[in-house]
Amino acid sequence: MAKKAAPEINAGSMADIAFLLLIFFLVTTTMDVDTGIMRKLPPPVENPDEDVDVNQRNVLKILLNSRNDLMVDGKRIDISLLKDKTKDFMAIHYDNPDYPEVTTRFIDELGKDVPASKGVISLKNDRGTSYDMYIQVQNELARAFNEMKNEKSIELFGLKYTALLDKNQIKAVNKIVPVRVSEAEPEDIGGN
Amino acid sequence: MSRFKSKKGKGSPAINTSSLPDIIFMLLFFFMVSTTMREVTVRVQQKMPEATEIQKLERKSLVSFIYIGEPKNTKMFGTNARIQLNDVFANVDDISEFIAQERQARDEADRKLLTTSLKVDGMTKMGVVTDVKQELRKVGAFKINYSTRRKVEK
Repeated sequence: MAKKAAPEINAGSMADIAFLLLIFFLVTTTMDVDTGIMRKLPPPVENPDEDVDVNQRNVLKILLNSRNDLMVDGKRIDISLLKDKTKDFMAIHYDNPDYPEVTTRFIDELGKDVPASKGVISLKNDRGTSYDMYIQVQNELARAFNEMKNEKSIELFGLKYTALLDKNQIKAVNKIVPVRVSEAEPEDIGGN
Repeated sequence: MSRFKSKKGKGSPAINTSSLPDIIFMLLFFFMVSTTMREVTVRVQQKMPEATEIQKLERKSLVSFIYIGEPKNTKMFGTNARIQLNDVFANVDDISEFIAQERQARDEADRKLLTTSLKVDGMTKMGVVTDVKQELRKVGAFKINYSTRRKVEK
């Protein structure tokens, strides 16, 4: 005698159960992808009194006061000009006392010497500066360096920096265009 | 009355809903894969500044978060910017211990790759942020990430 077939399970409420699970996950999870500006902090200074001797012409001084005013090299400028100013400063200018010194550096990946600017960007902010403004400045600086990397990469390899796949090429571009943003030790620069 | 009757009798055939669970399950799996569990309850305002030159945070398991901003419950905690570590408000001095704990929780090989993500509200003053950064420098957590939203280009 054939076995009696088991009665079919009613799957009508399956959708409800799945909905319940779905809503649970919708509520307890977040979708935001964490994005941000990556930076590397410098190691702590061991001897704070010791002045590092940097030639003044090699430094682009950026100051941010508590009223969110931006001052670059002694002049108050709008943030929209900061990127071009930075790029102009970091570009290679031979024998021009208004711009940083130029040296040559040997790049292993290319096997030849390339001219390199000795320029450093120095960023200093007040304790009262708003974080928003600080990020805008950091963003403009990052944009300047990214554009310079892109230009160099197109000049050398004919590809945008983000499109480079060869690790050596990426390394070479990073060596030719180093991101040199130094943040001064905190102190109050006033402006209340 | 016959008019009504005839209408009722015909009706449109019932829609077959047997594949509905499958569709819902598909949605469910999509959300399970593309989202992450919320781990802490953020108790401070979090309206991040916008930026264009942003990078995605890779390997979320190697990221520890520090939340800074004005407390949401201003009646209880005031309007001064506060630092939140895990689920509680903290002081600048607690950061070294927090980083040590975060390091302890990771594999030995991964400890160097640990990134600290600063989730700071845009209205915060830099004073607190600078203090936190100094503290991070002291304990050797040099890799940081200023959490920002993507700016929509016009």
